[in-house]
Amino acid sequence: MEETKEKVISIPRIGEPAPAFEAPTTHGVLKLEDFKGTWLILFSHPADFTPVCTTEFIAFAEIYPELKKRGVELLGLSVDSISSHIAWVRNVEEKTGVKIPFPIIADLNKEVATAYGMIHPGQSKTETVRCVFIIDPNQIIRTVLYYPLTTGRNMQEILRIIDCLQTTDKYQVATPANWKPGDKVVVPPPNTQEGAEERLKQGYECIDWYLCKKEIK
Amino acid sequence: MACISPDGKPTESGTKMLRALKSNLKTPEDIARETGLPLFRVRSGLRELVQAGVAEQDGSKYRITEKGAALIA
Repeated sequence: MEETKEKVISIPRIGEPAPAFEAPTTHGVLKLEDFKGTWLILFSHPADFTPVCTTEFIAFAEIYPELKKRGVELLGLSVDSISSHIAWVRNVEEKTGVKIPFPIIADLNKEVATAYGMIHPGQSKTETVRCVFIIDPNQIIRTVLYYPLTTGRNMQEILRIIDCLQTTDKYQVATPANWKPGDKVVVPPPNTQEGAEERLKQGYECIDWYLCKKEIK
Repeated sequence: MACISPDGKPTESGTKMLRALKSNLKTPEDIARETGLPLFRVRSGLRELVQAGVAEQDGSKYRITEKGAALIA
């Protein structure tokens, strides 16, 4: 019987080291390791000179100052050429006045796109879908988002995720649904019966032993 | 090339980095602080400057070469 083998393209997962790369960008050749010590948002878009991508690039440029305040760099990617990227960002600036301040990878050979599972053949065999990888200063993947070609990303949610991750790292807490800076955070639940009994006496705001919140200052 | 133009001359960011290297041995972090360039740009730029022979690495620090000094004289 003939065996059919299908190539399975793996997608980097949360908690794993981000796949290394060296790629030409609009700011010169960059390696993943160049970003060591800073947070990095690596994101892909389907193609230059397309409408949804243009709105996203303007929106990424708009949140860039907020990202910089949080120690986060942005790095875009598509399978277009450097010349196409340069022409597009110049066109965006000329038509809208918005300067794109971050580099964009020209992944013509799809090496980075393949390593990060950015091409989803069910959507498009040639373009990258709208991926977002949030990579921490130790170059560990902390968040993975995938959006379809037709849905532009929500920048406020991306900023919120950065705030959540940085708060989690700083205070060793979790953040509840729709959390935003200033809201109460979730105290990690106890993992022993004794801990559960003590938890309710510790002065937190508790629904029960496994769901307690506190303020952070 | 982001720091060295095809004609071998440093770009604006390349010039900034070479000027920062003029006074002393510096780490990429020192150069980023001094020039205001993002650290990732400095790290990739230093690779280019070393490759072009206008800067050289000494452990974790960098210095300008004679060729580099002549470019910004």
